[in-house]
Amino acid sequence: MNNDTLLDAQGLCVDFFTEEGIAHAVQNVSFSVKKGQTFALVGESGCGKSVTALSIMQLVPDPPGKIVAGQINFDGRNLVELSEKCMRAVRGNRIAMIFQEPMTSLNPVYTVGEQIVEAIQLHQKKSETEAWNLAVEVLRQVQIPDPAQRVIEYPHQMSGGMRQRVMIAMAISCKPQLLIADEPTTALDVTIQAQILDLLGELQQQNKMSILLITHDLGIVEERASEVAVMYASKIAEKSDCKSLFDKPLHPYTQGLLKSLPRVGFSGKRLHTISGVVPDPLHFPTGCKFHPRCPIGCTDKRCQTIEPQLRKVEGGREVACWYAPGYEKHDDPKL
Amino acid sequence: MNTTISNNNGFLLKVDDLKTYFPVKKGLMRRTVGYIKAVDGVSFAIKPALTFGLVGESGCGKTTVARSILRLLPVTSGKVIFDNTDILAADKKQLKDIRRHISLIFQDPFGSLNPRMTIGSIIGEPLKVHKKITGKNLAEQVCLILSKVGLSPDAINRYPHEFSGGQRQRIGIARALILQPKFVICDEPVSALDVSIQSQILNLLKDLQDEFSLTYLFIAHDLAVVQFSCDVVAVMYMGRIVEHAPANELFNNPLHPYTVALMSAIPRIKDPNRQRQQRLKGEVPDIINQPAGCPFYPRCPYAKDSCLSDNPPLVPVPERPEHLVACRHI
Repeated sequence: MNNDTLLDAQGLCVDFFTEEGIAHAVQNVSFSVKKGQTFALVGESGCGKSVTALSIMQLVPDPPGKIVAGQINFDGRNLVELSEKCMRAVRGNRIAMIFQEPMTSLNPVYTVGEQIVEAIQLHQKKSETEAWNLAVEVLRQVQIPDPAQRVIEYPHQMSGGMRQRVMIAMAISCKPQLLIADEPTTALDVTIQAQILDLLGELQQQNKMSILLITHDLGIVEERASEVAVMYASKIAEKSDCKSLFDKPLHPYTQGLLKSLPRVGFSGKRLHTISGVVPDPLHFPTGCKFHPRCPIGCTDKRCQTIEPQLRKVEGGREVACWYAPGYEKHDDPKL
Repeated sequence: MNTTISNNNGFLLKVDDLKTYFPVKKGLMRRTVGYIKAVDGVSFAIKPALTFGLVGESGCGKTTVARSILRLLPVTSGKVIFDNTDILAADKKQLKDIRRHISLIFQDPFGSLNPRMTIGSIIGEPLKVHKKITGKNLAEQVCLILSKVGLSPDAINRYPHEFSGGQRQRIGIARALILQPKFVICDEPVSALDVSIQSQILNLLKDLQDEFSLTYLFIAHDLAVVQFSCDVVAVMYMGRIVEHAPANELFNNPLHPYTVALMSAIPRIKDPNRQRQQRLKGEVPDIINQPAGCPFYPRCPYAKDSCLSDNPPLVPVPERPEHLVACRHI
């Protein structure tokens, strides 16, 4: 593990043991988050990005879910092997998480102050007064107007954007080194989304915090992340620095996604489409999981039978596609 | 009802000064203490075979407009002229007749299909109700429409849970089109779908429009989707239209400060203007106690004292009669 790496996941596999069979929700996922930077996991619903986040927090619902292989190294420790007691000291303290739904992630019967104070006192030795003062202070940091009044209000008295700010305040109250943001703005309007993303950026600068950003919105990724992994059907299809990914996507799935986005300023008659649907994790196709939807792979024998693994190509990028440039350089002179 | 000659000035649907207010009741006697002006004086007209877009953030009243058009809500005042008939003044029989020509596509492909009904009966029900078609004829028509929306005919005996989100949205579209309506209201038709599925549905809606010369009222919050799908766009804020223009004009030359801010708030891929982004402060204010003056005043970066005097009317921009803006400082 490098010195500037904060979190390093290696070969992570998560299975869900359901009545219909074993669903491989995350398969052999490896990535690392650098200190003070934003790493984005992007993909469509069901691709395994949220389960990856939950396994970092050791919150995969068990049963039916279980981390079956791999390790998650955080600050010299493997979180997968940590006891629940030790994990509790990490969770919410060193690694904090914010969720998509600001409406349901706050407890409606406690004031927001009580909820933030609880988080503070769980991890820090602070008197009641100190904790309340700190709660007001973090509310001020997330730019909530009149924090001394807001701290004694209930979640229902606040708008969606405000509640998400409260969630962020709670998450940063213990100055975590890593913030996992799982679709932090999906439930919000665009003008509020922009405010929240700006806020996260500012807090990241101030606190030198790393962010693992989980989203389906490629626009947000390009604007906010420095590195990105594109997930498809439980695996990473492509991993790269953000700029190169958007300049020149290597995996046909990423290429298709980028082409199929309607954009402001686009004036064509039809949108590009990726045919077919995301496969069901109980019945993944053989070979490359993208081959039934891939313009190259749907007719290629090798794509249909042998699954390509994530491999390094030039520029420090990684991709899992037989046809990506440089993928097979070593053993096939034709490519 | 005379539907053959249209003297609606070439418009299929005309909405005139539509107001839908919801009473706010308080106290023991449930007295009305105020009104939520969900739709407050909205006017627009839609030409046949074109797509009219309504954009805005949540709570701005765009869905209420759609529901008011279909009279699914009690409307406070205004006119909705569809093919020479005022929907808001129509009697029961006329209303049923009109609703045959207008259909709805909903946002949530999971909540809008009855889980206990087969796809065949979901899609076929409008035919039974409006045209009294049953049996083999019904099945034939359902199969035909299924193939039009890109589903195989054997879906007819299956249930909604057997389909993915995108396929369910196709089923919803098939149900909306089975009566061959003239006018389709699409209420956030793709916002619940994944990116790769979204483009399939947007293309499908366009193809069907070309084939059946459909007129769409397209409600969405995603400006990129709106620009791709719509010919004319109206931007709503707090129950009012603040800007109304042909789609290309609006996206190349947004004038209202709210439209400008809305556009710069979208995270875009490869946006050369990212440095010039403009952020809106604050949130949409409480709609119950709306102060006098421009509703956008508290958040507007160009607000002046004169904005507080009255609510600016929606008027054409000089030399561009098709571009309407409700702002005094353009």
